[in-house]
Amino acid sequence: MFYIFCPYCGEHREEEEFHPKGQAHISRPADPEATSDEEWGDYLFFRDNPRGVHHELWVHAVGCRKFFNITRHTVSYEILEVYKMGEQPSITAEHYAAQQGAASADKERNASQAKHQEGVRA
Amino acid sequence: MSNAQQFDTRPAGEHASEIAVESPLAYSMHRSGAPKVKADTRVTLRERAFLGHLTLRGGAIVLDEALRDVLGMSLPGEPLGLVQASFDGPAGECSIQWLSPDEWLLIVPGGEEFDVERRLREALGDAHFAISNVSGGQTLLELKGEAAREVLMKSVAYDVHPRHFPVGKAVTTVFAKASVILRRPSEERWELVVRRSFADYTYRWLLDAGEEFGIGVER
Repeated sequence: MFYIFCPYCGEHREEEEFHPKGQAHISRPADPEATSDEEWGDYLFFRDNPRGVHHELWVHAVGCRKFFNITRHTVSYEILEVYKMGEQPSITAEHYAAQQGAASADKERNASQAKHQEGVRA
Repeated sequence: MSNAQQFDTRPAGEHASEIAVESPLAYSMHRSGAPKVKADTRVTLRERAFLGHLTLRGGAIVLDEALRDVLGMSLPGEPLGLVQASFDGPAGECSIQWLSPDEWLLIVPGGEEFDVERRLREALGDAHFAISNVSGGQTLLELKGEAAREVLMKSVAYDVHPRHFPVGKAVTTVFAKASVILRRPSEERWELVVRRSFADYTYRWLLDAGEEFGIGVER
């Protein structure tokens, strides 16, 4: 079960009160007449299915009945961020990868330092 | 004043009293019974039927001003807020609660809703708003007594501990697979606003959940 923070109600609620509504930030082509069939098909039918950070649209169906966005990690299911409609995410796949990269580099550095210290102690 | 048409759902005129009015729970009480309040009753249930329910939608600032003019009360300042005030008139109190960032539920004594709606429409003028009279669509159940919170703990997923649910809070949440507006107007009283179509289900659920606490129904 998710425990989701609703940005409009301002508190965490049970997943039971929410519905997922698919990928977020899908905008309708500004000029449909000039859009090719392929672009229109992409817009209508094709969605991302990433392994990792994913931006999703959710609705607080039993509650304030407002739509909002969730940035979720599809492997760990961790909810990284919740933000209102019209806002842009601060955590994106690139940003997350860079962060994780930095974190693992830190870990390696700490590990090598620890080894070094142990070596000194020995 | 907007030119929206209003319709008074309560019968008026000399034959009004001949038209039978039944609460959403009338048949439920007849069929499922209504256990009496006994000495060992730890929770009591009461239906407050025929209140006037109005849904207000629009900007908080204009609605707040109109509400101050008409009823002398202000909108709840925070999400999940519930504001109560006395209603100047023959009977009782009214309350307004936050439902969503642009939606509030106003409950006034029964029979006043038509007049309140008209006065609000006048006060709001040409502002961008919507008022719907939903009195016929929902009803208010009241739980009182020391075990009221325990009955709710069996029924809603929401945390009803006083630390998390202080007096003056109101949330919309899941009640036994149905939706409910759960309000806490005072220390010992809980209110459930339920859909008319779910009133029977909610009533029977409450009787079943409250059986171990000797639930009694006040009529």
